[in-house]
Amino acid sequence: MPQIFHRSTNTFSKLSIFGAFFIIAAIAAVLTAINRSGYVTEAGVTREQPVPFSHRHHVAGMGIDCRYCHTSVENAAFANIPPTKTCMNCHSQIWANSPTLEPVRESFRTEKSIQWTRVHDLPDFAYFDHSIHVNKGIGCSTCHGPVDNMPLVRQENSLQMEWCLDCHRHPERYVRPRQEVFNMEYQPPADQVALGSKLVKEYKIHSLTSCSTCHR
Amino acid sequence: MTPPRSVVNSVARSLGAPSGGASSSKGRGAVGVGRVELQHSSDVTSASMCSNPPDLAAVRARLSAAQGPQYWRSLEEITETKEFREFLHREFPQGVSEWNDPVGRRQFLKLMGASLALAGLTACTRQPKETIMPYVRAPEEIVPGQPLFFASAVPFGGIAKGVLVESHMGRPTKIEGNPEHPASLGATDVFAQASVLTLYDPDRSQALTHLGEISSWSTFLGDLREALGGERTRKGAGLRLLTETVTSPTLAHQINGLLQEFPSARWHQYEPANRDNLRQGSLLAFGEYVNTQYHFEKATVILALDSDFLASDPASLRYTREFIARRRMREGQKEMNRLYVVESTPSITGAKADHRLSLQAGQVENFVWALTRELGIPGGQPTTTGAAHSDWIAALARDLKKHRGASLVMAGEAQPPVVHALAHTMNQVLDNVSRTVVYTDPVEAHPVNQIKSLRELVKDVDSGLVNILLILGGNPVYNAPADLGFKERLYKVNLRIHLGLYQNETSELCHWHVPEAHFLESWGDLRAYDGTVTILQPLIEPLYAGKSPHELLAALTDRPDRSSYEIVRDYWKRRLIGIGGQGPVAKPARTVVQPKEPSADFEHRWRKALHDGFIANSAFLPKQVAIPDTDFSREQVVTEAATSNNLEIIFRPDPHIHDGRFANNGWLQELPKPLTRLTWDNAALISPATAEQLGLANEEWVELNYKGRKLPAPVWILPGHANDSVTVHLGYGRTRAGKVGDGRGFNAYSIQTVQAPWFDSGLKLQKTGRRYPLACTQHHHSMEGRNPVRAGTLEEYREHPDFVQEMGETPPPGLTLYQEFKYEGYAWGMVIDLNACTGCNACTVACQAENNIPIVGKDQVANGREMHWIRVDRYYKGEGERALDNPETYHQPVPCMQCENAPCELVCPVAATSHSTEGLNDMVYNRCVGTRYCANNCPYKVRRFNFLLYSDFETPSLKMLRNTDVTVRSRGVMEKCTYCVQRINAAKIAAEKEDRQVRDGEIATACEAVCPAQAIVFGNINDPNSRVSRLKAEKLNYGLLADLNTRPRTTYLAALRNPNPEIKAR
Repeated sequence: MPQIFHRSTNTFSKLSIFGAFFIIAAIAAVLTAINRSGYVTEAGVTREQPVPFSHRHHVAGMGIDCRYCHTSVENAAFANIPPTKTCMNCHSQIWANSPTLEPVRESFRTEKSIQWTRVHDLPDFAYFDHSIHVNKGIGCSTCHGPVDNMPLVRQENSLQMEWCLDCHRHPERYVRPRQEVFNMEYQPPADQVALGSKLVKEYKIHSLTSCSTCHR
Repeated sequence: MTPPRSVVNSVARSLGAPSGGASSSKGRGAVGVGRVELQHSSDVTSASMCSNPPDLAAVRARLSAAQGPQYWRSLEEITETKEFREFLHREFPQGVSEWNDPVGRRQFLKLMGASLALAGLTACTRQPKETIMPYVRAPEEIVPGQPLFFASAVPFGGIAKGVLVESHMGRPTKIEGNPEHPASLGATDVFAQASVLTLYDPDRSQALTHLGEISSWSTFLGDLREALGGERTRKGAGLRLLTETVTSPTLAHQINGLLQEFPSARWHQYEPANRDNLRQGSLLAFGEYVNTQYHFEKATVILALDSDFLASDPASLRYTREFIARRRMREGQKEMNRLYVVESTPSITGAKADHRLSLQAGQVENFVWALTRELGIPGGQPTTTGAAHSDWIAALARDLKKHRGASLVMAGEAQPPVVHALAHTMNQVLDNVSRTVVYTDPVEAHPVNQIKSLRELVKDVDSGLVNILLILGGNPVYNAPADLGFKERLYKVNLRIHLGLYQNETSELCHWHVPEAHFLESWGDLRAYDGTVTILQPLIEPLYAGKSPHELLAALTDRPDRSSYEIVRDYWKRRLIGIGGQGPVAKPARTVVQPKEPSADFEHRWRKALHDGFIANSAFLPKQVAIPDTDFSREQVVTEAATSNNLEIIFRPDPHIHDGRFANNGWLQELPKPLTRLTWDNAALISPATAEQLGLANEEWVELNYKGRKLPAPVWILPGHANDSVTVHLGYGRTRAGKVGDGRGFNAYSIQTVQAPWFDSGLKLQKTGRRYPLACTQHHHSMEGRNPVRAGTLEEYREHPDFVQEMGETPPPGLTLYQEFKYEGYAWGMVIDLNACTGCNACTVACQAENNIPIVGKDQVANGREMHWIRVDRYYKGEGERALDNPETYHQPVPCMQCENAPCELVCPVAATSHSTEGLNDMVYNRCVGTRYCANNCPYKVRRFNFLLYSDFETPSLKMLRNTDVTVRSRGVMEKCTYCVQRINAAKIAAEKEDRQVRDGEIATACEAVCPAQAIVFGNINDPNSRVSRLKAEKLNYGLLADLNTRPRTTYLAALRNPNPEIKAR
């Protein structure tokens, strides 16, 4: 019976046995990269909204504070999305007939909520509390990025657990003075770690990495 | 997994369209929180080793030779039957991991297809698109994600227990006690805890129906008013109103108004678990209806005559608190009260007794006559019962006399009026009146003899006098005694209208059924045990457009569209004057309150009453009453003791299902009954001696034959039950309860009679040779004879305070190869006081409500798969001949011990359970892969595994029930007690924001908050001054299985009893 494979294939098979390690490693690396990419985390993806609300216009342009709309951010886990009434405070006077704002007026007329698309969506088994982070000197832009420069909001960071833990393990790298929390233009100083370490002590920030800190 | 979080602003809005949710749940087998798919299934692979009857003679021999364990859970354990050993040695009962429910071909293909489709998707974790729906106009007080608490009251037997209801974005999710309400003092009971599940029960009636067809309120009004028009000319001679016990001043006012308009109409009241005997007893003693209140905080010697005051009294929460406060040997307290209990059916009150006499219910009267004679009260014939227990009675009488003014005698609702009259007499003779016993006006708006009232109604129906019958709540077709023939005669009424939470047996036979608004959905008012009025406020719009009784009664007047709010507010508008602030006005509203012009500050008082949860100073003032003649000899009925040929039958409301009204509540169905540990069923309870005599075993199906009526029932042997006596619990055997409650157990009402609604002799038992599997949890999660309970007597403790420490070995810290944890901040710990625990099970249901714990159904319970995070183990103690007949009973709540050296943490291959910096054994559901190694390695058996998808992710109304702060677990995940870590985190965040430490007592776990006995204390053990640290320093403190060097964070205080040295036996 003649040989099916030529002798040269021996080299090929030897090479592939040797290469299997690299091939598997490469597949693992690709999968990890995909898992961390914006495709899975949806970081950097700009979402469509029923009303093209521009944070750039309202925050950077008009200078409205975050807390004018997100009122509960300092006292509750959830930084609320403002009720239609908040929009109408101004828009019953300004741009009162703009067709873009028709969904807002419609909501106000019909008493039906505007259905905003959720941008920052943690898994349901992770429990995040805005109020404590804000109170301990974590700025809005630390997690949400330059929202004041976003015409439509996108998720800036991966929101994956390693990203959370990075800060929970090294809070001094991210913490800022409390009065700067809502300042969207805040830039960390060159000696952030020195300042951070001082603030960590001053604000009594503990490095909380127990599972039940977030999962319960 | 927690839907409400992600759509947090939308939930309140979605309440506007609840009917959609309702319809989609129809036709599914899942109700309650879990899937319940079993009817009477014969193929249960019963893990409750009841297949072989235990050899009772062997049990007795072992007990009397003191060979068996000192503490035992069951008869099987003492004899160490083969099945028992086998059961014990398997971590999970045989077949527990297999899917042994019958799977049809179709279902198999469906599952196959689904798992193939899902197999490729498991790696994909992209989040689905979610929307956020904010308010259009936000209510001022609602902060999304922060719960609000509203004061209200839970009705039970028509009487209020004050509560605070937790509301998440307009959804009531959890009930807590109202610390300022006299009947609650911050605690609640199983019924209050489970009431939120009833609110969201998808089986609740959802539409107004006429002859079974959906109809409208206006059509109903038309029909009703036409019929009323005919009645008007006859002054309402054909109009009858049937309610349950009414304490609501507004409702009574409305009914009285109706009776003025229709003077010949009649108002009847009936509920099966009524307090007729108490009322008739007071009538017999004082010649008038009075309400008796007890002050356990002042009582040193207490005698309970068939009275389960720790569980079934309208004031049981308060009584438990006050009674236990006198027993707690902690923080320097050196004295204990002493409780004597004479009872037939073992109750949790009997379990706490220092001396318990097991007597047939019919013999209690004989006992009381003998006791009154011993106390020097004239009258009564001597009886054999008295003679048989003369030493016991003499010692008891001496003890009572020694504590004149500090003793207390109370009788239970099952005992005949004369026993109550004699109890009143004894309290008077012992100078207890206005010390430990206080009389007031009755809390019922219109106290009547309810059985008599129902009889009159049936008589009128039978003679064709009744034209319109309005049934407000209740279920008389199901729960009227069988010989009354209520069901058979009901057709003679021309127009039958039923208002109820469910389409039940009664609504089936009525022309009109009106869905009732749940008490969390409507305005109302109620009186507590002491007369204190609570205004009930709604937490949510009626889910199914239900009507309150107020609104239905208003429909009979010329202003049919008045809302409950207007009716209740209008009533109080003219009556809140003078109450609250201007000195006590404490008489019943109907006599005090002269209607006046609404006062300017009514709004202020109204809001204060709503905020506080009660109207200040509305409790009745003590009343002086006298017993004109203390000789009740003419009332004496000398009953001969029942024998094995002529057994006694005792009817009792079920400890959890009550009279059947909670039959469709899965939490209560699956809650193991305090003494029998049975779930999902009732049974004919008999004593071991009677079982021996009649040759009966557990689960044996017998036929109860009583006065010509026959009823098949499974037998359950209950140590401590009176001999030759059979207890059957009411409330089971429902046919129209809903998907959870239908067809469970047997209907004891079907043999109940009007003459003897509580107990009677003349019962015969016939064997049928068949078995009926019962789901009993008493062996589940057993810790095998390692002295889990430690107990002693007060005497022992005084003489030798270290006796508890010497009962077991506690290894010194440091005896471990693993590195020890250091706790710099908080270190959470818990102490459970066994001396205080009454075994009422409230902690189990509270935990279930707080932590989204599913129910699993009878089959699954029988397989040992129940999910309760905190179980209450029941142990018997006793050696010698009589041990089996009247053992000491102990209850031990077992949550996770949060061990320092936790065996579970070391064996998890994926680190899904790990140690937190504050000493909790954290459980991370999203990491768990379901190896179950942790449960296998846990010596306390506190870990629970989701063998199947128990949580209901589909029924819309149940989604509203969830605690949004706790993950809803899916299939294949291990779970266990977390010390309510969501509450810990919330308190820590609140404290951090205020830059302070968490205060002692600021965090109450769900089980701690609910406990009427304050048996559970939680806190920071790093703080030497915290309550929990101080308790851990007590001599009575011990760790469960501490010899294993697990160093549990949850420890126990040993139980103590205070027996009378003059009485040798129990």
